[in-house]
Amino acid sequence: MFLEETLKRIQSHKGVLGTIVVNAEGIPIRTTLDNSTTVQYAGLLHQLTIKARSTVRDIDPQNDLTFLRIRSKKHEIMVAPDKEYLLIVIQNPSE
Amino acid sequence: MEITYVYTKKRSEFGSQCNFTDRPVELLVDILPDPTVAASFIQRDLCNMPVQCVQQMSEHEINTERLETETEGVNHVEGGWPKDVNPQEQEQTTRFRKKVEKEESYIASLTILGSLMEHCIKQNNAINIYEEYYEEEEEVQESTEEPPTAKTLHVLKDPNDIKRTATSLSWHPDGGRKLAVSYCCLEFQRASKDMSFHSYIWNLEKPNKPQMTLKPSSPIVCLDYNPKDFHVLAGGCYNGQVAYWDTRKGSQPVEMSIIEQSHRDPVYKVIWLQSKTGTDCFSASTDGQVLWWDIRKLSEPTERLILDISKKGTLDGAAGATSLEFETTMPTKFMVGTENGMVIACNRKGKTPAEKISSTFCGHHGPVYALRRNPFYPKNFLSVADWIARIWSEDTKESSIMWTRYHMARLSDGCWSPTRPSQKEPTLSVKVCDEALYSLRVQDNGHILACGSQLGTATLLEISSGLCSLQRNEKALANEMFERESKREKILEARRRELRLKERGRSDQGKEEEPKEAEPQESTEDLVARAEKEFFQAIESERKKREQEQQKLQTPISTVKVEEAGKLVS
Repeated sequence: MFLEETLKRIQSHKGVLGTIVVNAEGIPIRTTLDNSTTVQYAGLLHQLTIKARSTVRDIDPQNDLTFLRIRSKKHEIMVAPDKEYLLIVIQNPSE
Repeated sequence: MEITYVYTKKRSEFGSQCNFTDRPVELLVDILPDPTVAASFIQRDLCNMPVQCVQQMSEHEINTERLETETEGVNHVEGGWPKDVNPQEQEQTTRFRKKVEKEESYIASLTILGSLMEHCIKQNNAINIYEEYYEEEEEVQESTEEPPTAKTLHVLKDPNDIKRTATSLSWHPDGGRKLAVSYCCLEFQRASKDMSFHSYIWNLEKPNKPQMTLKPSSPIVCLDYNPKDFHVLAGGCYNGQVAYWDTRKGSQPVEMSIIEQSHRDPVYKVIWLQSKTGTDCFSASTDGQVLWWDIRKLSEPTERLILDISKKGTLDGAAGATSLEFETTMPTKFMVGTENGMVIACNRKGKTPAEKISSTFCGHHGPVYALRRNPFYPKNFLSVADWIARIWSEDTKESSIMWTRYHMARLSDGCWSPTRPSQKEPTLSVKVCDEALYSLRVQDNGHILACGSQLGTATLLEISSGLCSLQRNEKALANEMFERESKREKILEARRRELRLKERGRSDQGKEEEPKEAEPQESTEDLVARAEKEFFQAIESERKKREQEQQKLQTPISTVKVEEAGKLVS
């Protein structure tokens, strides 16, 4: 309930194009985009997050990845990782 | 000096074994230094000698053979679902998802992630953290400082063994990723039997092999992409036929014109016309004709024009055409460059052949190889002939308003850079390759220049951004320059007309019929005398310039032009 509101609020922020929740196996649990895009984002970002996390931990084993932001020409992809789940938001940042 | 040592031994002891004994050290010789010898020696200057105890190493470079690469793709299928869930079934997947959503750990972790994410989203919305400050100012400074350079991007080689000249190049109108090059041996009757007739379309991303081959029945001399339909190309052949290809349909021409109705000499230029149907093109050749074609019906040209200055309308007096130019903003006018150095401006809408030829521009000493209009100022155009490139304005017909110096080599092609309207002096001359360059074409965004050479290699040069990007005052400056030059020419023209009138007046008093015939004679003699004078003047000015160049720094373009204009007018 509280969770639903949070997710809905995130989706309604200015510039947010889509929200995806992915589990540890890369399966999209919840999404606001169409299936093919979701599957693509889920698969690719999942691998990237794992790589990023291992990089951070290789450099300093006490450290851990808290957030990943990828800015591209067209929009920004933000990934909030967790032990089991992944929250992905695609936003068009303010110009 | 001799050093000797003497010892004695009893005869009976000869041959017996040696008994070694120790004995104390004895000084045998002591040679002291002789200071008088030092006079014949000079003390050497102290010098620093570095010594390093390292391994000797050397550097080598090698270039490997080209690696052939191909791009391939893999198709992925959705996976990751647990064994009991079939990803294709919507019911099962939604059931699985709902189950996950009810788990506690899900709710807890997502709440935390959600708040974290919101923070970042709000941050993004509040301020652009990657904002670039002072963006506009930076751009202006960059373009002026660099000396102009050009870098070779790719070299496209003719895959056949027997090399032919790359005669004409045409960029693909949509984005310019592809280049169509036509190959043909232009030397009269020197084409061997094995020479292939093919011409190629190259894709810039794969410069090793041509993307597509065009197979006509006779080598293609010139090619042009249709600006409206990107798959269609028109080509003019060595035997005078005109053909068109559709790249979707394959390598054979879709249609070719009939030999009886086509040109009798190789077609030197083909250009597409701006029309509603997008299927009109016209071609010019050295047999003196300009033919209009509708590619849907290539059995007969839609219109014919014979280039004859005396306006007699027969093929005998016609001048062979070597280049054509057509500007899409002025659809009824076009220009033809001829073999004897004249440029003829014609109006397509003229009813009789006499009306069609509207004006002529003389001044070149050899065949006009290229004609291009300035895309910014369509009244001015560039013509390239033997040793010189001239810029003309439509209004002044007597002579060109500006011309470059006589270059060392023959110029065979030239075109305007689409983004820099004031490009006329060779601010950069690049040695592209060892053999003669035959044709030039600039890509639509102006950065890449393609040159075709005599041995069939097409080289792509990237011009430095200093030469390509438009500077702020440039349009205004160029405009002023063109106007100034055309004014100058008009004044000269008016003066010449006055002189001529005076002469005519004088000769009229003497003989009445002769002036008309005497004039052409006079003019040829005049021409010869003028040509000689100009030539010598040009040589002198060239010499002076060479001396000046060594001392000259970067002077603004306008003052240099005034200097040139001043010298040549005198």
